[in-house]
Amino acid sequence: MWTLFQIEVYKIFRRPRTYIAFAAITGLIGIIQFGLKLDGEQYVEFMMRDITSSITIEGNILNGYQVCYIVLQVLLVHVPLLIALVAADMISGEANMGTLRLLLTKPISRDAFLVAKFMATMVYTLLLLIWLAILALFLNMLIFGTDDLFLLKSSYIVLLRENDIFWRYCGAFAFAALAMSTVAALGFLLSLFANNSIGPIVATMSIIVFLTILSTLNIPLFSYVKPYLFTTHMIGWKEFFDIKVNASNEALSGTIQHPMRIVQSAMVLLTHIVLFLLISIWVFRKKDILS
Amino acid sequence: MQPLVKITALTKQFGHLTAVDHLSFSVEPASVYGFLGQNGAGKSTTIRMLTGLIMPTSGEIEIFGLSLAKHKKEILQQIGAVIEKPDVYQYLSAYDNLQLFARLSGIRPTRVSLMDQLAQVGLADRAKDKVAGFSQGMKQRLGIAIALVHQPQLIILDEPTNGLDPQGIADIRHLIIHLRTEMKKTVIVSSHLLSEIEQVATQLLIIHKGKKVKEGNASELFDPAKTVVQLSTEQNETAWAVLQNSAWQPYLERITPEGIILKVDRRQIPALHQSLVQLQIPLISLQPRHSLEDYFLQVTTPGYVDTLSN
Repeated sequence: MWTLFQIEVYKIFRRPRTYIAFAAITGLIGIIQFGLKLDGEQYVEFMMRDITSSITIEGNILNGYQVCYIVLQVLLVHVPLLIALVAADMISGEANMGTLRLLLTKPISRDAFLVAKFMATMVYTLLLLIWLAILALFLNMLIFGTDDLFLLKSSYIVLLRENDIFWRYCGAFAFAALAMSTVAALGFLLSLFANNSIGPIVATMSIIVFLTILSTLNIPLFSYVKPYLFTTHMIGWKEFFDIKVNASNEALSGTIQHPMRIVQSAMVLLTHIVLFLLISIWVFRKKDILS
Repeated sequence: MQPLVKITALTKQFGHLTAVDHLSFSVEPASVYGFLGQNGAGKSTTIRMLTGLIMPTSGEIEIFGLSLAKHKKEILQQIGAVIEKPDVYQYLSAYDNLQLFARLSGIRPTRVSLMDQLAQVGLADRAKDKVAGFSQGMKQRLGIAIALVHQPQLIILDEPTNGLDPQGIADIRHLIIHLRTEMKKTVIVSSHLLSEIEQVATQLLIIHKGKKVKEGNASELFDPAKTVVQLSTEQNETAWAVLQNSAWQPYLERITPEGIILKVDRRQIPALHQSLVQLQIPLISLQPRHSLEDYFLQVTTPGYVDTLSN
């Protein structure tokens, strides 16, 4: 199993396609950094236009934490596509190349083969998120410095102290990794049903778009299914940036307003990952290799 | 002798299509088992079932005396296979591909032994080149190196000469003969080309539409005493009359619009040619054909008229 896992990771990182996602994230974050560095003041003015008449804010608003939050809001919508590029290609790509039949004539069990591939996909997903964290958090902290984080929510404002932010990002990235692993597990499952990767990649994205629309539609009929859709819980990372307040409306440092929401969302995502993996194993055991 | 491979009533259905229909055969150790049939006859499906790629609908596969359904891993440790095209990782070098598949086969060969394997298939000087730049013949040779890297007892080659040039075909032929005679390996080789199989096979199976048509010892099936010869002359009927009154009369089979059919021992063909000259028969062509070829075409080609039986 360990050998299979090593081989799968080796194969992923020897493929040029793998680096498309890393290059895309680097390019996108680079553009955001470039834009905000040159024209950040105007962006902040635009962001604060509705509240500047009622409150005065001092300090470095456009700091590394703020930029990281902007990056995450923008990128975490698109990262699933980059994850699907590799995850949805894991089995279908082997079928397309013709290597699947050669691999499965070797003395390895199908279950072990599939689990090793799944684990390698998760490693890729985690590394992509780590790379995102390095660029979006650490690099922005270097470029833009650090200060308090000022977040405008739909009906309230959150102000997080500088010393109360970093751990929240750690939690947010860990949660995002779980959310992206769910996308990877879905792409991986769909890759079992095709002999080329285009179909599973498009199918993965279509399902995510479809379910995201269902998750965001405020129609009572859909409210029954929403809690069970993994897309509803993928934005759970934002919960890390809501802080508890006391009776005097003072923020309590080091707290999260709804920690159970994070736990529940994580459980839903984890359940989906396990479910997708078990279905994949069941399908693959019965699959005739005709490619 | 215990057969190395024993197939009993093997059947595979894809929906309503029966690709392999109650196929039974056995393969002796240290033999080359030729698997012959037209495209779509069920050869590849059978071979994929032998290597565990396709699950049989019914029937039994025993290899090395073990049931494939129960001992797949142990059996596959002793099998090397090239199924259809020898597809490997294009973005890896020949050496990296060989090393990767060796590890998957459960061995950790040294660099020297891997280079030795590549040298045996003539790829030592291209070991570090990416496979993407390889010709079909080179990929085929790499595929064979991968199939042999873990020293298997049974080698399964499905259409190994597809897409190869004449030199590549000859190389594969020599390799198969070498594997059997020098290395005492058992080889199952499938092809839709009789000419390929007849030069290497010691046992032969012809299948058509998933069913067994003929199985036997190749030396019997390719019996030179049963060579069919077709003569084409300027006046076939006159030539037929002349031959009726000659020493070749017992060998005459019949006359067709294409020529005169005789069944002779292959070694008699030069004497036949000499006699035709002496009898002053104006010969256009003399074509020896195996009886098996006619038989194969008769059972596998719709509308084919057998020159022997008609």
